[in-house]
Amino acid sequence: MASSPYFSLAVLFVAALGFGLTPLGLAWLWGRVFSPAKPNAVKNAIYECGLESRGDAWMQFRSAYYLYAIIFLIFDVEAVFLLPFAVAFTGLGAAACVAMLVFVLMLIEGLAWAWAKGVLTWA
Amino acid sequence: MAVDEGLKIELGKQGVFVTTIEELYNWGRRSSIWPMQFGLACCAIEMIATTMARYDLARFGAEVFRPSPRQADLMIISGTVTKKMAPQVVRLYNQMAEPRYVIAMGACAISGGPFKQGYNVLKGIDRYIPVDVHIPGCPPRPEALLQAFMTLQKKIDGQPLTGPDRPRFLDAEAQGEFPVPVQGEHDLEPTSNPGVWTVPVVIR
Repeated sequence: MASSPYFSLAVLFVAALGFGLTPLGLAWLWGRVFSPAKPNAVKNAIYECGLESRGDAWMQFRSAYYLYAIIFLIFDVEAVFLLPFAVAFTGLGAAACVAMLVFVLMLIEGLAWAWAKGVLTWA
Repeated sequence: MAVDEGLKIELGKQGVFVTTIEELYNWGRRSSIWPMQFGLACCAIEMIATTMARYDLARFGAEVFRPSPRQADLMIISGTVTKKMAPQVVRLYNQMAEPRYVIAMGACAISGGPFKQGYNVLKGIDRYIPVDVHIPGCPPRPEALLQAFMTLQKKIDGQPLTGPDRPRFLDAEAQGEFPVPVQGEHDLEPTSNPGVWTVPVVIR
């Protein structure tokens, strides 16, 4: 058995297992012998920010929030793509420029749609 | 079964380390007091300063401020406790795993301090939870907080594992839950926890 090439690996595996399990076992033993458990309703509460939790966590969000996602895409993500476009502008070919214009036009279309829908009006 | 101090020092000189489980346990606990990340008022600024490079709370093994009460050993009541905030403070204390300690930092946490006359200020957090170390000051300097830490470490060092003098968290009979006060019509109800605080008798 000791001649097996995997013997040292097995020894290391057992040592690693012991290294992890011994502190856990000692802690468990310590808890059993010395520290009495004193659970109560306040201690076992799920929310741990000092306040009592209210209601159900399984609530529904309005799907109307997709409007904000679209506006975010238009104004924020567009800027992320426009910046490298502006930096590399002088070195670009006609095909790249057209591709970028199509991209911007698509986003402008979204903006026009949002505008028509009245999303931009602060009410 | 304590080893004689002189003998212990003599053995130490020879390179033999003698200890007891109790000492080892207390050494481990006092060297890793994790406070809760919880600031109430101006004293919290001094508490933050204490953790920074100049005063370096890490020297005491207490630099790991935990944002959850489940992982914290120490609650530093750093500032004025308003009656609106008191239930939250007590609830957080209840949610801390034992052993747990409390430092009342500053005049407000001890007695209400300069705001004692205010209708909305709690006149000392020790009305609801047991406080281990009080630090006076308005606010106490970071050195004072370090002094409080050392005082707490000394206290932990002296806690026996067994026997009648053992601390609360080792005693199965001792009170584990501290009632969380609720907002009443005029004041918090109850106004204090008789288990930890007795109403002083005013002699005129």
